[in-house]
Amino acid sequence: MTATTTPQAAAHGDGHAPGGGGHYTTLGLDNRKVAIWTFIGSECMLFASLISTYLIYKGRSPEGPYPAEAWTNPATGETFPAILNIPVTSASTFVLLMSSLAMVLALAAVQNRNVPKHTTSERILGSSKLWLWTTCLLGIGFLAFQAYEFTSFIHEGLTIRTNLFGSSFFTLTGFHGAHVTAGVIWLFTLLAIDYKRGLGPQDATIVDICALYWHFVDVVWIAIFTLVYLIK
Amino acid sequence: MATLAAAPPYTESHTEPSNTGIMSWLTTVDHKRIGVLYLVSSLFFFVFGGLEAGLLRAQLATPNGNILSAEMYNQMFTMHGTTMIFLAVMPLSAAFFNLLIPLQIGARDVAFPRLNAFSYWVFLLGALFITFPIFFQIAPDGGWFGYAPLSTKAYSPQINMDFWVLGLQILGISSLAAAFNFITTIINMRAPGMTLMRMPVFTWMSFVVQFLVALAFPVITVALVFLQFDRFFGTNFYTVAKGADPLLWQHLFWVFGHPEVYILILPAFGLVSEVLPTFSRKPLFGYPVMVYSGILIGFLGFGVWAHHMFSVGMGAIADAVFSLTTMLIAVPTGVKIFNWIATMWGGQIRFTVAMKFAIGLVAMFTIGGISGVMHSSPPADLQQTDTYFVVAHFHYVLVGGSMFGLFSGLYYYFPKFTGRMMSEKLGNWHFWVFLIGMNLTFFPMHYSGLLGMPRRIYQYDSGQGLDLFNMLSSIGYVIQAIGVLFGAINFVMSWRNGARASSNPWGAPTLEWTTPSPPPEYNFAEIPQVKSRYPLWNMKGGDTLVHETTWEEEKNIHIPTTKELGIVMPNPSIWPLLCAAGIIVMFSGLMFLESSAIVGIGIMLAGTVWWVGSLYKWLLTPLEDHH
Repeated sequence: MTATTTPQAAAHGDGHAPGGGGHYTTLGLDNRKVAIWTFIGSECMLFASLISTYLIYKGRSPEGPYPAEAWTNPATGETFPAILNIPVTSASTFVLLMSSLAMVLALAAVQNRNVPKHTTSERILGSSKLWLWTTCLLGIGFLAFQAYEFTSFIHEGLTIRTNLFGSSFFTLTGFHGAHVTAGVIWLFTLLAIDYKRGLGPQDATIVDICALYWHFVDVVWIAIFTLVYLIK
Repeated sequence: MATLAAAPPYTESHTEPSNTGIMSWLTTVDHKRIGVLYLVSSLFFFVFGGLEAGLLRAQLATPNGNILSAEMYNQMFTMHGTTMIFLAVMPLSAAFFNLLIPLQIGARDVAFPRLNAFSYWVFLLGALFITFPIFFQIAPDGGWFGYAPLSTKAYSPQINMDFWVLGLQILGISSLAAAFNFITTIINMRAPGMTLMRMPVFTWMSFVVQFLVALAFPVITVALVFLQFDRFFGTNFYTVAKGADPLLWQHLFWVFGHPEVYILILPAFGLVSEVLPTFSRKPLFGYPVMVYSGILIGFLGFGVWAHHMFSVGMGAIADAVFSLTTMLIAVPTGVKIFNWIATMWGGQIRFTVAMKFAIGLVAMFTIGGISGVMHSSPPADLQQTDTYFVVAHFHYVLVGGSMFGLFSGLYYYFPKFTGRMMSEKLGNWHFWVFLIGMNLTFFPMHYSGLLGMPRRIYQYDSGQGLDLFNMLSSIGYVIQAIGVLFGAINFVMSWRNGARASSNPWGAPTLEWTTPSPPPEYNFAEIPQVKSRYPLWNMKGGDTLVHETTWEEEKNIHIPTTKELGIVMPNPSIWPLLCAAGIIVMFSGLMFLESSAIVGIGIMLAGTVWWVGSLYKWLLTPLEDHH
């Protein structure tokens, strides 16, 4: 019989019971961290499908409004301007990217909770609440930009029903916005835990997986911004 | 075998969860019990889908049959396909993922036990959601592939396709959650010494399948979202008049749909790769090649989708590329067939029922595989597409392949999970009758197909040379049904009072056979240290290879309880079930939007609050007692 007691199992008492947290795992990584990477891999295919559809449908719509050029309705003579507003979206992109920076600082603050802080700047950098709030607010800022963008597009005559551009644009960016919203709710949950009992190094994993998700959503936005807005 | 571990007693001892009563099943997070739930539900849906097929065959037995109206016939073939693929074969595979993966890699449970329960409940509720309408004659009627624009509101204005769109969306959640769970389990929960290249081939094939699910399901999710938006919110993704591409759905669907084919067959391949070595008394021939060919099938599976679309006219280059990749995929598949034959070659073969089904797969899948290669040639495919020839092909791979493999696994692993042996006598009746019936049903379809009989027609005229072949297929169906009946009787009778099974009644080599039958809640009293691919076989030349255990020699061994061992196992939880139920409510709200926006939005909001609330409750409850 080749099945015998393992040193690892003996060292941990009951070896690796399910759950991962604090238990023996094959890679030594927390299960949740492996899982979030598989989830992100799957999400890549989701956004790849959405973005591909947008690109395939680009320029196929027989009627406007269009993303980058003005369009006159031949039936009514009404003129619609080019829909996309790159300066405004550049600002919102900047906001979202800065939220990733804040997220990095929030994770570092949680990991270094127990490191003594002497100067004011160390205390500021070490405040997980401050950086979680910053991430949240920047995320909400991005959503506010998106809400403004959506309403102004609707005012300009583009809804999700108008044409192919409207359908594929609102669905793609709407899905991204929904992901940001889920991330903001996740961040608020972490904040609630932080206020209740303080997030410390033992919580690094739960903050880390949220951070990975948040950065992923940001990276997706870089792809969307480039492919939808910047490339003519 | 199961020896007592010298684990220290814990101060806060875990209470042994009760193992009986309906609540214990609704709240279970034990992978083996979830596996049993999957097994029983999927066998039920297999029978249900079989009865739907029975109505189809009754209608087609004679020319101009009128048992079903055209509308009901459409619903019946749509639901037969949808049921067999999503509610029978996939969850039957999931049953084996659950039952086997933790045991085969030497773990006590999956990485996320409650997520596992959630997957099951989403599956079950989604399955009921998509199945129920058939009793009211409002079942989906656009084919299991739901081609848009046909499935859009303009051409399918009734509620039927709504059930399909939302039902598939719900079932996708279940498969994705399970995929994340099993990938993590296999990557991260292996016992010490269980290197990737020591994993049993079933676990390997399951591993590949989980990646296929994780990467293919998001694509159909997006295709379904577009269809959902078109149907419910008036978007234009599939409105050709607005410039939409009528092929968008086909591409998105088959980018999912072809990997789905391998999602259906690879678990069966894995099971057969366990059964053949055991009953040939020989290690699997070419283990690394078997693993690599499985990975290669999965990889190439993403590059062949457009062979389902040769007839739409994609152009010579696209046709040539997809034809080539399709032919290429036959290579790793052929390698597997030859390796199975080589495994049996020179072995001490024992023809148990499990072995017969496994050999049945090797033979029947080869027939289906060869007609598959025939389709890879676009000129040939143009003649065969949308005829019964294709129906014959994919039933040979799905019934002769997937179902034979899964039946083989059922007979092989039944003793492990019930503690009782299945009857070999009834099993032989099951196998032979089913084998004859299956061939009598599907082989004539090659002929009716080549004579030009189209798929999905509800009537055909006499005098086209189709009468005999259709009659044979329908007689074959009856024989198959009798075969399944033998299997069902065997399943129920053996579970109630089959002969008692020992821990390793077959003399099998892999880790799951070290545990008692049925395995205790904790699986392994001690986490095993794995040193070879076949831990239970003595691979040194000259010694006895196999030690078969008997019930007699084991019946007096005390199997310690979780408490006695001081092992902390996850606590049962009702929240996965409630979370799943909330998701169903949220999706069903969409169906009310048209009649009343307020009611629809109200139901969706209520469902959202319900599942999000349950999710928070679930996440804030610790998985296991503190220790």
